[in-house]
Amino acid sequence: MTRPIDLDTQRFKEIVRGKVRDGLKKYITQGEILGRQGREVVSIPIPNLDIPRFRHGSKGSGGVGQGEGEAGQPVGQGGDQEGGLAQPGDQEGQHIREAELTLDELADMLGSELELPLITPKGDSTLKTKKLRYNSIRQTGPKSLRHFKRTYKRALRRLIATGGYDPLTPVVIPTHEDERFRSSSEVVLPHANAAVIYMMDVSGSMTDDQKQIVRTESFWIDTWLRSQYDGLQRRYIVHDAVAHEVDEDTFYRTRESGGTRISSAYTMAQKIIERDFPPADWNIYCFQFSDGDNWGEDNTLCMQKLQNDLIPVCNLFCYGQVESPYGTGDYLRELKKIVSRFENLILSEIKNREGIYESIKTFLGKGK
Amino acid sequence: MATSISTHRQLPAELREIQLRTEDYARSYGLDFYETIFEVLDLEELCMFAAYGGFPTRYPHWRFGAEYDELVKTHMYGLQRIYEMVINNDPCYAYLLNTNMMIDQKLVIAHVYGHCDFFKNNAFFSHTNRKMLNQMANHAARISRYIDRIGYEQVEQFIDACLSLEDLIDPHSVQIKRAPDISAMPHAALLRDEDFEYLATEGRFPSKGYMDQFINPPEVLEREAKERKDREVERVKKRSFPEQPQRDVLQFLLQHAPLRDWQHDVLSIIRDEAYYFAPQGQTKIMNEGWASYWHTFLMTRHGMNDSEVIDYADHHSGTVAMTPQRLNPYKVGIELFRNIEERWNNGQFGPEYDNCTDMKEKALWKKDVGLGRQKIFEVRRIHNDITFIDEFLTPEFCAQHKFFSFAYNPSADQYEIASREFDQIKQQLLTSLTNHGRPFIYVVDGNYRNRGELYLQHQYQGVELKQGHTQDTLVNLQKLWARPVHIETVVDDKPTVISYDGHSHQTRIASQS
Repeated sequence: MTRPIDLDTQRFKEIVRGKVRDGLKKYITQGEILGRQGREVVSIPIPNLDIPRFRHGSKGSGGVGQGEGEAGQPVGQGGDQEGGLAQPGDQEGQHIREAELTLDELADMLGSELELPLITPKGDSTLKTKKLRYNSIRQTGPKSLRHFKRTYKRALRRLIATGGYDPLTPVVIPTHEDERFRSSSEVVLPHANAAVIYMMDVSGSMTDDQKQIVRTESFWIDTWLRSQYDGLQRRYIVHDAVAHEVDEDTFYRTRESGGTRISSAYTMAQKIIERDFPPADWNIYCFQFSDGDNWGEDNTLCMQKLQNDLIPVCNLFCYGQVESPYGTGDYLRELKKIVSRFENLILSEIKNREGIYESIKTFLGKGK
Repeated sequence: MATSISTHRQLPAELREIQLRTEDYARSYGLDFYETIFEVLDLEELCMFAAYGGFPTRYPHWRFGAEYDELVKTHMYGLQRIYEMVINNDPCYAYLLNTNMMIDQKLVIAHVYGHCDFFKNNAFFSHTNRKMLNQMANHAARISRYIDRIGYEQVEQFIDACLSLEDLIDPHSVQIKRAPDISAMPHAALLRDEDFEYLATEGRFPSKGYMDQFINPPEVLEREAKERKDREVERVKKRSFPEQPQRDVLQFLLQHAPLRDWQHDVLSIIRDEAYYFAPQGQTKIMNEGWASYWHTFLMTRHGMNDSEVIDYADHHSGTVAMTPQRLNPYKVGIELFRNIEERWNNGQFGPEYDNCTDMKEKALWKKDVGLGRQKIFEVRRIHNDITFIDEFLTPEFCAQHKFFSFAYNPSADQYEIASREFDQIKQQLLTSLTNHGRPFIYVVDGNYRNRGELYLQHQYQGVELKQGHTQDTLVNLQKLWARPVHIETVVDDKPTVISYDGHSHQTRIASQS
């Protein structure tokens, strides 16, 4: 049965999606990593989804609260946030109108916006992963897992047994011995595997602007792939003349300079694959970004490594060339010579921030 | 329009028994309510009803969907729980959540009877429509008809614009008549010249005949009459209306805005519903306090068995828990009612008590007058949150409950504790409660600059308007008025007029007049 609220909710979602969709290109190109909250949720501020009304702003406003504290102690953020400090007696309407989306939902939107087909995972789905389930009680544990009712029952039982319970002042304070905690055990779940290796050229010819483009694009690609796989593994490589494996944080921050030797990154990627991701068990995706200004003689080695070692084991090998004010951009030309021979090699040119959108579409649109 | 309740489910026998028992106890302590019908709903149904403001049938609009989406999500993430819902109607309808523990259901049923008593007896609800369930369904049917005729998008967009102005009503006008009844006025009536003529004969003081020429010297009368006449001529020339600043902006729009018939009807629906919900906003602290008072009273005396005490205590303390940033209306309400009951039981009121300067004697004051219960019933009948706080908040109470006032500090962009002085706390609390903490907006001129433009005024009381919202609200207002609209307010301590002419916004310093 369709309930009237379903139509209203659907209408609301259309409006949200509409607004987000209008803004989506902007979010991508501005590289806002949208107030990521924790690991799971992104919030996308939606302009004017709340019905505008004549309202008080923060300036000159205040209220009444309860609790400890001295004059001057902060009690909350300003900034005209909705819902932050609603006035007492005022219930309706004041909600945070930021769409809270899980990364999955965001990826879905990205998917339908970019018209990306779902990526079909290959490989071994028989590998197992372990998960915790809370299904028993123990006498020790962290406070956050304390079982309220059982704890108080123990305390009450102890008080009555020791004659310490006074019905006129029924104060029950649990001691350490009374406490009971929820406890977990491991459950084994089946699990499919995918790994992504991001490679970024950080040589002197890559400007900060270009690196930012690479990082923004990586974030969106990451969001999409993570929605497709549980337990996606990621590895990051930065290189100039020498390649380094770095953690996610470093990848998104690092500044380097020097010459460029792309083959060093390939060697590193190959090493990581051999070490962590046997291709028989893993779906492997490689994303490489550079301004294409490679050390001339290195190109031959690159083509060799790519064709012999990397492309054969990857679901997808994507190369994004960010246009550079310096340099020749030669590398893309080299790749174009071989691209027709490999279905899973994808090339894209990223002229500027606005190009990110098309580039993601190029990379992921084939659904490999 | 037939009453249609979507669920119509029998209450399970076990709950039915609890309900009947609770109802009997409630009546025996003097609570007085309309018949109350309980139904058990699952989470989605409850959230749906909650999104619709408690009503099973509302007109279609996305904001209900938005509300629903949020309720379901916050519930599933464990951020908040709705245990219950009641509608002010005769009969009252109340909804219970099917996953509540039995102890919760007992607590909620007791709580609901508190609300139902409050709805029936509090003066501020006395003008509400007790057949609102039917009325809401009727509104829904009318709006659905317009949707069929005009199209979904267009009606939706118009509702969006109306909702933007929804709270521009005069919540006291149902008690205090400030304007002639809207139904007696012709649509879009302008004031006519003859309306002013009777004024010209006024100005005489009553007097005995032989004293008249001294008390009402003819030349003075003549001079005053001429001045009045001139003023009126001037005014008529300007065709400025309304006479007095009008707080019920929606009524003004209904009378004077160039609306199509269906738009006129939709706007009047929005206004009706706003008036219906207004008393709930005016009595939040009292209503929740009263219901909490009674659930506590009934549960601790009659409601529980031994195994339920811990869960009851846990859930009750969750309801009345304090947070630093926000007054919990449940907590403030129940404590204030208890405080009043205690004071009136002990005779801690009246001139003798108030004038006592010996603090020790005052603290130990105990005259066994036992008027507490009687007093709180009276309080629940005649007060709203503002008068409740104004009359019964005491310095002792504020100190005991660790109240403080907080204020916005622009340099740090945060709210900070401002004071623990009783006078300041009380002042701040009353300010926050006045008009639900919303700005006061009046129509001052419906023919501004003699060009049929609409001029509103924000009665500035130290808090500025939120800029983006103000501009967007003007856009919506302009959709209804169809001519340029203006609001006079204060920005950066300067009187400012913000305007919207249908294309762009202008902001200028208000001319001093």
